[in-house]
Order: sequence, then C-alpha cells, then structure tokens
Amino acid sequence: MAPQSNTARPLSPHIQIYRWTLTMILSILHRATGVALYAGSALLALWLLTIATGPEAYEAVRGFASHWLGRLVLFGYSWALFHHMCGGLRHFVWDTGRGFDLKVVEVMARLSAVVPLILTLAAWVAAYHYLGVL
Amino acid sequence: MTMRTPLSRVKGLGSAKKGTEHFWLQRVTAIANIPLTFFLVIAIVTHLNADYATMRAFLAQPVVSIVMLLLIGSTVWHMRLGMQVVIEDYVHGEVRKLLSIMLNNFVALIIGVSCVFAVIKIALT
Repeated sequence: MAPQSNTARPLSPHIQIYRWTLTMILSILHRATGVALYAGSALLALWLLTIATGPEAYEAVRGFASHWLGRLVLFGYSWALFHHMCGGLRHFVWDTGRGFDLKVVEVMARLSAVVPLILTLAAWVAAYHYLGVL
Repeated sequence: MTMRTPLSRVKGLGSAKKGTEHFWLQRVTAIANIPLTFFLVIAIVTHLNADYATMRAFLAQPVVSIVMLLLIGSTVWHMRLGMQVVIEDYVHGEVRKLLSIMLNNFVALIIGVSCVFAVIKIALT
C-alpha cells in the first residue's frame, strides 16, 4: 500500500486545532491508562515472581517500592486502575444507549475525572494511616 | 444478497465474524474487573511495607490465591483485547499489523502464565 500521508493535499483539522474539552482529555486518558496498565500487569507478574522466587528477590522489589519513585509508580498504578475503571463505567452507560445528552455527558465526564482521584487518595490515606505514617 | 465483489471473496478478506465476540468479552471482563480492581488496590496499599513472610502468608491464603488467579485471567484477557484495538487503530500495513497483534498475544500469554505460575507456587509450597 502506498504511503497515506501526502502533505500537498489539505488535511482535515486535528487535535491541535480544536479547543480542548474534558471529554476529549478523558477519551485519550482512557486509552492511555489502558496502555499503561498493560505495563502495570507486567510489573505485577514481576512482583509475584519475586515472591515465588525467594526473600532476596522480593527484598530488591520491596526496596524499590519503598523508594519515593517506586511509591509514585504504585500511586500512579492505583490511580490508572481507578481511572480506567470509571471510564469503563461511563462506557457501560453509553453501551445501553443512554447518556448521550450533552449535559449528561458533561456531568459523567466530571465525575469520571474526580471520582478516581478521590478513590486513589482515600486508598492511600487509609493505607498510610494503617501503616502509622499519617 | 452480498455486496462484496467476487475478488474480495476469493482473497478471503473482510469480516472474520469475531467482532461481536471481541466486544462482548471486553465488557464481560470489564465487569469482572470492577470488584477485582478494588481487591488489587487494597491488597497493594495494605502491604506497602510488608516483609517477605507476611507477603507470602497473605498470598498463600486460599481465598487470596483464588481471587488473584481470577484477577490475572480477567485482566490479561481484557488487556489483550484492548491492546488489539489500539494496534488496529494505529498500526497500518498488513504485515506490521499482523505481527503486532501476534506479539500482543504472546506478551499477554507470557504475563498471564508467569502470574499464574507464581501464584500457584506461592500457594502450594
């Protein structure tokens, strides 16, 4: 097949032309978190394999997980899980043929942006409280 | 009546009649992933500083092992289907697309088998 991009012909406007809307951002984030979670699953496999292997392997992973960068990865992982889940719930509403009214779309968009943040923060505040840090 | 040309039928191109199955399994695994996601996040954040013995004892509990296996199965299936859609959207050219989808299947299977092996080994030894 011949290359499809012929720069001589006019192209239809793309994302850099349009004013950004929350629904656009969420659409992209849903896919981005999905792809990121793919990598997260690989980390989950690594984590489980180190536990199955023995204490030395596990301690190496635990060392990284205790570092602020490791914690940030875990925090991001939990946020991505909740964000992708809430995005999926929004898609379930649309799957039933409902929720296409612009007002409803906007309300659902705001909810699926804020609720994952609340869930993530709640989980981590509870965890740090449980660990005696907070 | 078919609108397809004889040539396209001879080439065997067109729908593989797998679209509905893909769509449906994406939704079924998505529903299963809702409770499993809460379980995973809680399991992670409550074991942030856990030592080896604690971690192992937690995962070796039958209920935890079983839920982990369900989580792995549903998640790996879901991510395999999702990544395939991403590939079909962005990777053009038959050969590259086919190889990418094949690689996606291999990677998903490797991740899934690794997790299942680890969980079973932790549970049984």
